[in-house]
Amino acid sequence: MITKKLRAPIVVAVAALAVGALAGCTGSGGGDAAATDSAGGTYTWWDPYPQHEEGSDWANRVQACGTEAGVTIERTAYDTTSLTNQALLSAQEGTSPDVILLDNPAVSTLADTGMLTTTDELGLDTSGLDANLLAAGELDGSDYGVPIGANTLALYYNADILTAAGVDPASITSWSALSDALAKVTAAGHKGITFAGINTEEGSFQFLPWFWGSGADLTQLDSPEAVKALTLWTDWVKQGYAPQSVIGNSQNTSWEEFITGDFAFAENGTWQVDSAAKQSFATGVIELPAIDSGVAPAPTGGEFITAPVQKDTSRYETTKKIVDCMTTPEGFVETANTFAYYIPPTSDGQSKLLEEHPELTTWVSAVKAAKGRTSDNLGTDYPLISEQLWTAVQSALSGASTPQDALTAAQQAASAATNGK
Amino acid sequence: MTIKTVPDTRPERDAAPVAELPRKRRRAGLNGSRWAAAGFAAPLVVYLLAFYAYPLIRSIDLSVHDYTVRAFVQGNAEFVGLQNYIDVVTSPLFGQALGNTVVFVVGSLIFQYAIGLALAVFFRNSFRLSGILRALFLVPWLLPLIVSGSTWAWMLNSDNGIVNSFLQAFGIGQINWLTSPDTSMIAVIIANIWLGIPFNLVILYSGLQSIPEDVYEAASLDGAGAWRQFWSITFPLLRPVSAITLLLGLVYTLKVVDIIWVMTSGGPANSTTTLAIWSYREAFGTGQPDLSPAAAVGNILIIIALIFGFIYLKMQRRQENS
Repeated sequence: MITKKLRAPIVVAVAALAVGALAGCTGSGGGDAAATDSAGGTYTWWDPYPQHEEGSDWANRVQACGTEAGVTIERTAYDTTSLTNQALLSAQEGTSPDVILLDNPAVSTLADTGMLTTTDELGLDTSGLDANLLAAGELDGSDYGVPIGANTLALYYNADILTAAGVDPASITSWSALSDALAKVTAAGHKGITFAGINTEEGSFQFLPWFWGSGADLTQLDSPEAVKALTLWTDWVKQGYAPQSVIGNSQNTSWEEFITGDFAFAENGTWQVDSAAKQSFATGVIELPAIDSGVAPAPTGGEFITAPVQKDTSRYETTKKIVDCMTTPEGFVETANTFAYYIPPTSDGQSKLLEEHPELTTWVSAVKAAKGRTSDNLGTDYPLISEQLWTAVQSALSGASTPQDALTAAQQAASAATNGK
Repeated sequence: MTIKTVPDTRPERDAAPVAELPRKRRRAGLNGSRWAAAGFAAPLVVYLLAFYAYPLIRSIDLSVHDYTVRAFVQGNAEFVGLQNYIDVVTSPLFGQALGNTVVFVVGSLIFQYAIGLALAVFFRNSFRLSGILRALFLVPWLLPLIVSGSTWAWMLNSDNGIVNSFLQAFGIGQINWLTSPDTSMIAVIIANIWLGIPFNLVILYSGLQSIPEDVYEAASLDGAGAWRQFWSITFPLLRPVSAITLLLGLVYTLKVVDIIWVMTSGGPANSTTTLAIWSYREAFGTGQPDLSPAAAVGNILIIIALIFGFIYLKMQRRQENS
């Protein structure tokens, strides 16, 4: 029961809460308004790096580019998947931020909605950029963003295990050489290779170097080459060269398996360079081999800097300044150093980075050989194809069907999903 | 802390005479000022409209339009009527997902209920430390699902999991719990049973408190053993509570996404893809959100839950009439 004495304070408290709540509403409303108000001098910036907080090197760098362009930058960080959803929602509401750093496969999906400006509209110079990296942000002949850096996959190895088993990493330039090496290390009592075959985009991402390395093409999932690639993975699991856990491994889990020191090889990305250097055993890295000889193209990873369409087109001028500031050769190297895992997308940036970090040579060359997942003008069809691809990988690895049957079913489903393209 | 309050809850039948008083008073107030009544009801109505009616309507709206990502942003989705539902139902995945859902729900419910009931009966006889033990059984409920899901996935790991190393100690070979399409469903059901036991335990235990002690005394005077007492007293008198426990359990289990998603993401080869997982994956699991089919699958799930809700209401009405 509420006594009379208590009643007055409660009324005050409730009123205070209500006012507070209302103030909260107008506060956030003001934030949205700033995004579209050209006179505000505040530019909004979204990126997928919540691990870099306010005051971190990255946040300061973003802010510095704003200051150089004469504006304040309001930065918001989301995780990768929610960033895409937030971007879609804001575009629907007409409150898009000025700049979004997008994961590269998302660029063509968002560009297809008409919510992103092309690099031509913004007046950006993309001539110095590596064509294979830029292609990931291309849709129907237009570029919808500039890569701020790239990462990709390569093959890490445990040098201690390879030395003990008498395997020379430099000799691994084909699938058969790799399988022989796996036979040797498992015969010596070690575990062979770990990778991520999870049924998400990461699974496709990890399978693609083998898929492309066999000469297969994403428009034909059930080609004989594709079957060879999937058979390679399936045989590894069957023969015990790869553990059962690869079927459910994400790239992080797979990496954790590798750093136990039991595994000879791990397929993983540029972002593990620092972690690899910290291990108690010696590690090295080679490029992923193609089927017969040479290097397989690995898929490119990394973010694009994009500028969503604004009602007030006069904002583009300043947006361009901010983007330019992030994409100078020095800017690329600074980004690379801030994240410790980014390879600049221009030759100038790459040679500058190599001067500082000669140990990244393998990665620079892997990035140069890499290929965008949405390239070949797959664009928005890529996610649909990729879903079928990782499903096929799962079916074959788990023994639910043979590689051939799995890929035939995948091709049927993929062409149904993409309307026969 | 929840344990103390549990014995206080009484089933509706006991509560009915108590509820009589306020109801009369409210009726008198209504004649006094209808406006005040409307004013008091308004926040609830607004709440219901904003958080129940609108999402439901929006979900139906999504499912009868063709919302591609482009249409979502530009707001010009084409009206396609029931096409999304037809696509979903005729998809080769539908039969498998429906089958998986049935296996998952039935498997989970039977064991959750049986084990929950057994534990509730066990804790009915208060003994030393029974309170603490009962509290410990609630732990699965308190843990964030991402934690328990990851822990289960880790324990059931094929190569390094503790479950397999335990089984191997007894000479049973490696079971690929999460990576073989034959066992993955069993693995997620086991995890989900573990998660659901506390819920069943708490509700059934509170139901047991409402069975008068003298019935048991009379039964034991007549020479009924523990087994006979359970089947002739506990089980029949617990029927209304059991029905609501099973109904709530059904609704919860139908829409389970998190535990399966964390452990297998619906794989391998769709062997753990339930309708809920399918819906989630269409909407958020791929690089390209496919909201319309996702909403269609979600609405089918709502309809299934509603059907069982009506069956429950009908059963209850028949019970009241008899």
